[in-house]
Amino acid sequence: MTNTGVSLNVLNLRKHWGQTEVLTGIDFQIAPGGFLTLLGPSGCGKSTALRLISGLDEMSDGKILIDGKDVSRLPADQRNIGMVFQNYALFPHMTVADNIAYGLKVRKVAKQTREKSVDRVADLMALGPLLDRKPAQLSGGQQQRVALARVLVSERPLVLMDEPLSNLDAKLRTEIRSEIRALNKELGITIVYVTHDQSEALSMSDTVVLMNAGRAEQIGTPKELYDNPASVFAAGFIGTPPMNLLKVSDVTMPQDILATTAANPDDFLIGVRPESLKFPGQAMDLSATCQVASVEYEGSVFLVHLVSSSGSKFILSHTGEDVPTQGTEVVVGWDSSATHLFSKSTGKNVPLET
Amino acid sequence: MNKRLPIGLAIIMLGVPCSLLVAFTHYPAIQALINSFWNNASSRRPSRFVGVENYQALFEDDRLAQVLINSTIYALGTIPLAIGLAIGMALLVNSRLPGTTLMRLSFFMPTMLPMIAVANIWLFFYAPGIGLASQILGIFGLPSINFLGSTDTSLASMMFVAVWKEAGLFMIFYLAALQSVPTNLKDAAKLEGAGSVRIFIDVVMPLLRPTTIFVAVNALINAFRLVDHVIVMTEGGPNNSSALLLYYIYEVTFRQRDFAYGATLTVLMVIMLGILAIFQFWVLNRKAHYQ
Repeated sequence: MTNTGVSLNVLNLRKHWGQTEVLTGIDFQIAPGGFLTLLGPSGCGKSTALRLISGLDEMSDGKILIDGKDVSRLPADQRNIGMVFQNYALFPHMTVADNIAYGLKVRKVAKQTREKSVDRVADLMALGPLLDRKPAQLSGGQQQRVALARVLVSERPLVLMDEPLSNLDAKLRTEIRSEIRALNKELGITIVYVTHDQSEALSMSDTVVLMNAGRAEQIGTPKELYDNPASVFAAGFIGTPPMNLLKVSDVTMPQDILATTAANPDDFLIGVRPESLKFPGQAMDLSATCQVASVEYEGSVFLVHLVSSSGSKFILSHTGEDVPTQGTEVVVGWDSSATHLFSKSTGKNVPLET
Repeated sequence: MNKRLPIGLAIIMLGVPCSLLVAFTHYPAIQALINSFWNNASSRRPSRFVGVENYQALFEDDRLAQVLINSTIYALGTIPLAIGLAIGMALLVNSRLPGTTLMRLSFFMPTMLPMIAVANIWLFFYAPGIGLASQILGIFGLPSINFLGSTDTSLASMMFVAVWKEAGLFMIFYLAALQSVPTNLKDAAKLEGAGSVRIFIDVVMPLLRPTTIFVAVNALINAFRLVDHVIVMTEGGPNNSSALLLYYIYEVTFRQRDFAYGATLTVLMVIMLGILAIFQFWVLNRKAHYQ
């Protein structure tokens, strides 16, 4: 079974319900076989975007091209798209086999071919022994695999997934995450994936579209989003724990950064990832003096919660032996290369002059 | 809340409903059973035990045979029709058409009216010549029909009234069921290329099955329980053509004052309903659950 994926281009996609603007125009594209994630907090319009691509809802404006063809006005079933839903959307009165075969049946595929396809997909998803069961007799992970099998059996070149893992427990989530990733790579299906979980997005995607309030905040590879957040929002959304944002007055910094911020120091935020912070840090390019508020043990790291003299709270992720103790005053430092500068008024990243 | 009730209070609280239950349900039922083995008392001679004589009379009662056939036709006719109509109305008011609130209200209105009032309204509708039904027939140039006065149409007329009255209530149950069908099941079917009729048959209908069974049980009970319209509109006539079992019991017992035979007929009805109820609960237990 080799499905060749198709490309997807979304141009200026807009949606409003009455007066409420849900999507204010987003653009992105995926190459055939790519894995694109729409990431964002709830209410940012990511699921709406997915439903518009699927054709289940009608867009207000914009264009959707699948494999180069404009499908903007085509009904859902003619777009040749598969979709996996958050709560699986399995038909409760049908057996697993019937669920998987439903689409083939609707499209009047001959019974023999149908059975062959179902067996093949059931093999692939390790559902063989469960084919005669009803969905209610399956665990959450099994149900999700049936939902995936139902999409795979139709050999759709483009599959949309709407938070498919959010109803599963943590261990299963990692398991199915890699299964989905493997399907994408091995079968070459193009996948558009919606999630609010940034670690899911970072670990699975080729491209991440970070959405906020109906628009694309930043589009890039997971590494680009992590290393170079384009805005305060992106900095605060990506990473566990997210990037620290400090006031200029909290930080002792070298002349060049100081020069950039000198004009209006109150408008700037200094961003630094918790894992870039070092302790003790007197000798580093930038440093901040602060109190240790609490220490959390996370297994591989200690998360040290810090409070600066001006009251800014931030986090140091510490891997060494000598963990700072609660209540002491410490100096933490970091390299200028790990420093990000943001403007409060525009919310955007300000490039550092190097 | 876990405090123990004093035993005296418990006895009082159990005693009141139990005595009501005994006085109005169990005692009359047992008394009816006893009465069915005795003949009628008159001023000259007291009631005496006659064994199964009353039951033997059941088999020779031509009117009973007619009434049982009527009741069967009535039940088999009204139940599917009312259910079909209820599903249709529920789909209509569940759609995004404008004015669905008004539609819901008007579909539900007949359910809120007492059966006696409904029967009186339909008496006017059915009135030969001047009634609404006759006038509609007149528009199409058809001759006026004496709906209630003809042996051919009287039972059908009763059934029509019952469907009209019941469908609204069943619609409410179907509406609730339709609104609990997850949208994404329909979306999933739609993406697979199923049209709206196909989605309804493959996805929605099976999910409505528990509701259908529940409604069918209620409709069946009502088919035997509701005879107010027969009493008001036709009194079972003409020539018993619209008499139902419960109406026949009422007539035998309170018009002809044949209490013994009335009791026998009542026992017959209770047995029949009991068997139906057992059958339905069996179906209910087997078919109604997915979870």
